[in-house]
Amino acid sequence: MQLIQFAHGLLPFLAKWPDWVVYLAVVFLFAFAILNTLVAPLTGISTYIERRLAGRAQYRWGPNRVGIRSLLAAMPITRPISKLADVQPFKFIGSKIPGGLLQFAADGLKLFTKEDIIPAQADKMLFRLSPYVVMAGSFAAFAVFPVSFWCSAINLNIGIFYVLGMSSVVVPGILMAGWGSANKWALFGGMRSASQIVSYEIPVAIALMTVVMLAGTMNMNEIVATQRSGYGIEKAGFLGWYLFRYGGLMIVPFVIYFIGGCAEVNRTPFDLPEGESELVSGYHTEYSGFRWSFFFMAEYSNMFAVGAIATTMFLGGPLPPYPVQFTESLPMLIRFGEGFFWFFAKSYFFVLVMIHMRWTLPRYRIDQLMQLCWKVLMPIALVWFVLMCGIKMARMEMAAPAEAPVVAEVHK
Amino acid sequence: MRYDYVGVLVFLVLAVGFVFIGMLAQRIVSGFLHTNRPNAAKLSPYECGEEPVGGTFIRFNIRFYVMALVFIVFDVEVVLLFPWARVYQELYAFYRTALFWDMLVFVGILALGLAYIWGKGDLEWVKTFEKHLSPAEKVARPHTKKEAA
Repeated sequence: MQLIQFAHGLLPFLAKWPDWVVYLAVVFLFAFAILNTLVAPLTGISTYIERRLAGRAQYRWGPNRVGIRSLLAAMPITRPISKLADVQPFKFIGSKIPGGLLQFAADGLKLFTKEDIIPAQADKMLFRLSPYVVMAGSFAAFAVFPVSFWCSAINLNIGIFYVLGMSSVVVPGILMAGWGSANKWALFGGMRSASQIVSYEIPVAIALMTVVMLAGTMNMNEIVATQRSGYGIEKAGFLGWYLFRYGGLMIVPFVIYFIGGCAEVNRTPFDLPEGESELVSGYHTEYSGFRWSFFFMAEYSNMFAVGAIATTMFLGGPLPPYPVQFTESLPMLIRFGEGFFWFFAKSYFFVLVMIHMRWTLPRYRIDQLMQLCWKVLMPIALVWFVLMCGIKMARMEMAAPAEAPVVAEVHK
Repeated sequence: MRYDYVGVLVFLVLAVGFVFIGMLAQRIVSGFLHTNRPNAAKLSPYECGEEPVGGTFIRFNIRFYVMALVFIVFDVEVVLLFPWARVYQELYAFYRTALFWDMLVFVGILALGLAYIWGKGDLEWVKTFEKHLSPAEKVARPHTKKEAA
């Protein structure tokens, strides 16, 4: 509803329109903006960053050719402009820009023009339907992320619960891809992926439930609002974030969440479902061209979603690490930019961590993977949840001690 | 609020529309460029370039089924605990410590369940029944529970 008021303030003539039309239009625009910033282009940019970092980790270059200059040189009309890069001021500027920035655009174009193969034996209905389910599941989770102060597409009261539900919608999509492809690798990969995602769902959910218990709300915006203050300070900066509250005890659920989150996006060290050396490519072995790229997009937007959930629940979401009163008097648009900057920076930090993990760590074995989930993360998460409940109870008891039992008064 | 779940629908429709329009555009472009030229070899199941062996809808490991069963139990636990976590702070003034002990009993029963399947060995990826193994086999399989302990 904040969004509707914001839209009314921006465009006064909207007051004549019915409420629900304005609401639908605002949500649609917001969703469209998220799709065209945080999902599709960010996937491309993340692949570029990942390949550059991989190159660094493996002592090689990575993509460093396809850039603006090669784009200009490719077309006859703009070729003279590309010659400018040899002239001094542009040469200096050009040497500062990393090469290969447009590699992802070229790759996207290549995928777009590739042949779309559906195997003859495949269950064509499931094969076609699967990208829709995977994409819908990973995109719908973005609806409740507070991308800035009190600013999410939908101010849903069950926020984090909805995110958990929506991230599970991906599982049937993966199973459909695995089963519908009529391929042994795809079937293995789909089964492994589904069992891995559902197993790690439980420690992840318990870790997030700890935060919900402390915050007393499931609304993502309100969870962020509870992180403004902490340790008795009203505007506490980073001390208010749940990661640093309760004397650092919340670091354990955070670590459990992050390990589980990495497992849920099927990336190294948890990339058994698509382990290249044993399963070719896992559940999307038979997919090619543009149809495949939706799985890719869903994977990278899921990575960002894991980072965004960790940010919102443990790191204060759009809240800056300095106390908020420093910038509270600034104009609304700058405040929005400030919130978005911190939300994006913190979330993307986790994406970078995941990329580094992929190029640093070896792969788990399936029995180690399942034991880590059920025998390590799950008991610790459960015990920690009960521990935090106890601490919360002690606090509430100290804040408002129980009055003398009513029975005693009757005896008087 | 009243329309919030319509907003969810907007997101789902946009995601589905994105894939649909993308595939439609891809089909139109491939129609112009004639990139779609299927043949029998392309349409056969991919098995690293070898001739496909046997059927493709193979049996998979029973362990996945057991994992799914275990998951269901604990997922239901999480679903039932979430509303409790939500109201813990609000209702504490009324129910005091009883609220905590209620949760502890619920979690305790499920922890017993976890301990049970743990003890039964259902959390092991390779479950072996060592009473069915001969002494020689036990030596050959050092990863069985008794040998490890």
